[in-house]
Amino acid sequence: MKNLFPVAAVLAALAITSCNPAPSASKISADPDNAGLKLPQGFGALKVADSIGQARHIAVTGQGDIYVKLNRLKDNKGIVLLSDKDGDGKAETQSSFGNYGGTGISLKNGYLYASSNEAVYRYKLDDQQHVTDTAKPETIVTGLIDRRQHNSKSVVLDDSGYVYVNIGAYSNSCQTEDRTKGSQGMQPCPILDSAGGIWRFRADGQNQSYGDGIRYATGLRNVVGLDWNTTNNALFVMQHGRDGLHDLFPDMYDTKTSAELPAEAMYQLKMGSDCGWPYIYYDQFQKKKILAPEYGGDGKKEGAPNAEEPVVAFPAHLAPNALLFYTGNMFPEKYKNGAFVAFHGSWNRAPEKQAGYMVAFVPFSGGKPSGDWEVFADGFAGMEEVTSPGQAKHRPCGLAQGPDGSLYISDDVTGAIYRIIYNK
Amino acid sequence: MKLVNGLVIGGLIFLGCNQQQTSSSSENKTDSVAAPAPAPVISDSLKAVLAKGQEVYNKHCVTCHQAGGDGVPNLNPPLTGTDYVLGDKTRLINVVLKGLNEDVEINGMVYSNPMPAHAFLNDQEVADVLTYVRNSFGNTAEGITKEEVKAVRAAK
Repeated sequence: MKNLFPVAAVLAALAITSCNPAPSASKISADPDNAGLKLPQGFGALKVADSIGQARHIAVTGQGDIYVKLNRLKDNKGIVLLSDKDGDGKAETQSSFGNYGGTGISLKNGYLYASSNEAVYRYKLDDQQHVTDTAKPETIVTGLIDRRQHNSKSVVLDDSGYVYVNIGAYSNSCQTEDRTKGSQGMQPCPILDSAGGIWRFRADGQNQSYGDGIRYATGLRNVVGLDWNTTNNALFVMQHGRDGLHDLFPDMYDTKTSAELPAEAMYQLKMGSDCGWPYIYYDQFQKKKILAPEYGGDGKKEGAPNAEEPVVAFPAHLAPNALLFYTGNMFPEKYKNGAFVAFHGSWNRAPEKQAGYMVAFVPFSGGKPSGDWEVFADGFAGMEEVTSPGQAKHRPCGLAQGPDGSLYISDDVTGAIYRIIYNK
Repeated sequence: MKLVNGLVIGGLIFLGCNQQQTSSSSENKTDSVAAPAPAPVISDSLKAVLAKGQEVYNKHCVTCHQAGGDGVPNLNPPLTGTDYVLGDKTRLINVVLKGLNEDVEINGMVYSNPMPAHAFLNDQEVADVLTYVRNSFGNTAEGITKEEVKAVRAAK
């Protein structure tokens, strides 16, 4: 009996060790003002960190550490690692590495994947999910097109060894003269050969470029938010819809219509999906794929009958920058497997007031939306009405789920990281 | 006509100084002391130019550059406190006539959306809107005349 005690102690210690890495939610409390956010009843928010740089996408490890991809280098580094050593929910330590700016970051199978605006890298992780050699990432994908407009390369991985990369179109609507009043659309749109879609590459490949991957889906103007849905094993994306219907075709669209069209659309993709850009846009009021004015449309004519239908249509110009399917256990049952969408906030709804600057939620059941979308977290902008995006104090940009089921939200204005918890 | 333009420009300079006087009178004593109140006639002409410029701005510029000229972070450059607006007139006129699709870095931020060419605006409209932009949102700079726009357009 005596001999068993050390074994029991070791087992107990192991149990503690394996449960310990994720700081227990019970030790973590929301900030008194919920970090300035408005949330549904029972939820609270705390600011984990601030002023870390233009925080784009984020990934949280099993230990609760947070990797943040910065849009631009800060102190000559583009990836920040935040750690909460004492388990109070606030990050006390941060380190940084990587000499490139960008948006994409994701954790999968012992690697950290991160993207610049033209390449995807990965770093081997140790058993604490810390990068073993920050100076020597493998180059997984390289040579992706970066013509400044829509150049962020968001990444997500599936469970079959593939990485999916958004390559945004370097254009608004594939006009001969981009964003120029009255200019007609190019037929066929030549941009689609190397951009305006999602490309798939081997997650463990080296120095892959266009010829080594496949164009998984096309006709997507620009996707920043994307996630792999494990319920139906499918890629879901949020498209940034086209701009400037009124500015480019003032005789066809008034300013109000232009502010409200087209929808920001969520698509479920399969290999070979075509979502219709630039030939059509989705009109969420008519619930139709409308032929773009650059391609002979008049606001009523339909087009691209074979293009995918959106699974959710959000209001125009809200700029969906992150998508996350919630698989945690902290939040109430309604949120399980549902979609959170971080909206960066609009800039082109004038003279209507700007909108977005919030995180929305869509309930899902069986891999399909099971109800209307709703605002989940609001108040990032720090003001009731935003008339110009430069006024917003914070803008949601990235989403991640913590090991305890907390939801993390990044902001790329001041570089704040929020953590949303549910108080049972 | 040349004389009228001269008067308008003179008025703009005075206006600029007056704006500085109200916004930062303690910092810029030289300007504020040197600036007498503009004559009513010139002020009216000036107001008319700015009003016409604002009309063009609201029709063709406001969506991207915003009503306050502060632009959109990372996408569309601000028109406030930047050499692109306050500096060389020829470069500025060319941005409007030919558009701009290159990295623009202002105060540590890079802007990625291309600016389309606005050559469809006539010389007077370009002059009015640039005069408006150079004397709004806290900016103060000499106005731009339609002759200057015409010369730049001809040189392309």
